[in-house]
Amino acid sequence: MSATTPPATLAALPLGDDALILSHRLGEWAGHAPVLEEEVALANIALDLLGQARALYAELADVLGSEDEIAYLREERAFLNCQLVEQPNGDFAHTVVRQLFFSTYQQPLYAQLTPSLPLAAKAVREVAYHRDHAEQWTLRLGDGTEESHARTQRAVDALWRYTGELFRPVEGVDARWEELEEEWDTGIRAVLGQAGLTVPDSPRHGAWSAGAGRQGVHTEPFGRMLAEMQHLHRSHPGATW
Amino acid sequence: MSSVTTPPLSRRAGEGKDPAGSAPGGASPEEEAALQAAFDAAVAAEERIEPRDWMPDAYRATLVRQIAQHAHSEIIGMQPEANWITRAPSLRRKAILMAKVQDEAGHGLYLYGAAETLGTGREQLLDKLHTGRQKYSSIFNYPTLTWADVGAIGWLVDGAAITNQVPLCRCSYGPYARAMVRVCKEESFHQRQGYELLLALSRGTEAQHAMAQDAVDRWWWPSLMMFGPPDEESAHSARSMEWKIKRHSNDELRQRFVDICVPQAEALDLTLPDPDLRWNEQREHWDFGTIDWQEFRDVLAGNGPCNEQRLHQRRAAHEDGAWVREAAAAHAAKQAARATPPDPAPGAADTKTPPLPAEQAPQSRPPEHAPQPRADESAQRGVEHSS
Repeated sequence: MSATTPPATLAALPLGDDALILSHRLGEWAGHAPVLEEEVALANIALDLLGQARALYAELADVLGSEDEIAYLREERAFLNCQLVEQPNGDFAHTVVRQLFFSTYQQPLYAQLTPSLPLAAKAVREVAYHRDHAEQWTLRLGDGTEESHARTQRAVDALWRYTGELFRPVEGVDARWEELEEEWDTGIRAVLGQAGLTVPDSPRHGAWSAGAGRQGVHTEPFGRMLAEMQHLHRSHPGATW
Repeated sequence: MSSVTTPPLSRRAGEGKDPAGSAPGGASPEEEAALQAAFDAAVAAEERIEPRDWMPDAYRATLVRQIAQHAHSEIIGMQPEANWITRAPSLRRKAILMAKVQDEAGHGLYLYGAAETLGTGREQLLDKLHTGRQKYSSIFNYPTLTWADVGAIGWLVDGAAITNQVPLCRCSYGPYARAMVRVCKEESFHQRQGYELLLALSRGTEAQHAMAQDAVDRWWWPSLMMFGPPDEESAHSARSMEWKIKRHSNDELRQRFVDICVPQAEALDLTLPDPDLRWNEQREHWDFGTIDWQEFRDVLAGNGPCNEQRLHQRRAAHEDGAWVREAAAAHAAKQAARATPPDPAPGAADTKTPPLPAEQAPQSRPPEHAPQPRADESAQRGVEHSS
């Protein structure tokens, strides 16, 4: 990190990518949610995250160009989001657990960054709501029926391997990573415990590439997601919309 | 004047009576006639009929049918637009579109709520939709083939919907009228956003202009069909007008819509696909060509391009979500059970989530955070960007 670049500028890209990609995944739910109230809720979360991404990208305008150039004209390897947020929606339990894992990370991270990151104060309030929503649903699904319990446990087990990456120091992000991880661990164990779910004992830091999103190494579904997201914009070079 | 907000007691079905019942139990023919007379007088005096008021069975049934069809149209209408959320070509447009689709879910919620005040629950109505016993607006059986279709839906389909719905804000049934006030405000946002989307395309590259023209070519005639069959063939119109559920005839509203659209199309530099469109000096209205009512009937009968697809996706979402709704209900029941016994099960008693309304998931955010300002904010931000 060079002394002349304010930390917030460097931090903006990976954090903005996290927000954009998770927003996109949540947007895929539109018209498919299990109840009408969740159509509204998932769209709310998606819109908050999209707003965060746009605010973060705005800070990079001098370096990387407009928000649309940043979102639509980068290749897969240039995206710095964590792999957790790019994971496909799966069933509703999968989406809820992905949100639980991510919001429980994002909320204290934004809280720590509040002084240096202009958007963080507003975002931290939004994320508190996302986290609450995910926690309430984790409790309902974990406690509800045999089927909902089994589905939620499967989601926890499947997504667990993508959580270690969240706490690897990110260049430009001036956070206390160990403290964040402890806080996350405590919070997640409490919610899973209340929901009657088992905390996996599988590793959170795999030997393979799980955890390399910040280095631009992603999982296979991400490329297809980007292809869909970027196709129209790229088909009309230079057009305005 | 107080009589407007407080209906005379004679029309009240009585405290504690089932709102679904149209007459107080055991009303004599004389009493019934008096209630009918009071109802007729209230409607004639432009007073609102409220859920607890006496109303004729046929009035109730007509309202349930109309409100349900409207609610179904909102939630089915999410599909053709959601089809473009993941491909929206700019982040600003993506935010606007997501907020719009979210508004439609919100409209569905208000409208199912309004139907519930007439004694018919959401589950019951959804079941009728899923089994094909109730309909939704046929317009959503057309596909959204390009990005410009999102603009054409906003400009034409939402425009037609507003023309239809603004008079419903004065509908004689209070809860429906009030829901429509809110729906219409949001719809007019959507219409402006659609128009603005098409304007950007029309003023853009040649390919973008062609995309916009193609969308208008495909959506114009189906939009005119949204006003329903010609007056002489409209099955429900006369009585609905008498009851002041409906205020203008199908053909009147259709003409109003055409008159609004012609100058707007000109401003958009797009052509409406009707060679017979011309100003009529005598009528002071635009004359327009003949609508293909056979197509209208075909789509209505289930043979439109997307009827099967729309209903399939709706049913699939409902069926795939059954385990989620069951889990929420089971959790709520367990919580209630845990709250009452003297001996709470050890360990399990910690699981406390707010109670759910019966068989429903929670509304995620209080109403003051209703989504509509987001669309506006995004739009304004975008306008600032481009200026």
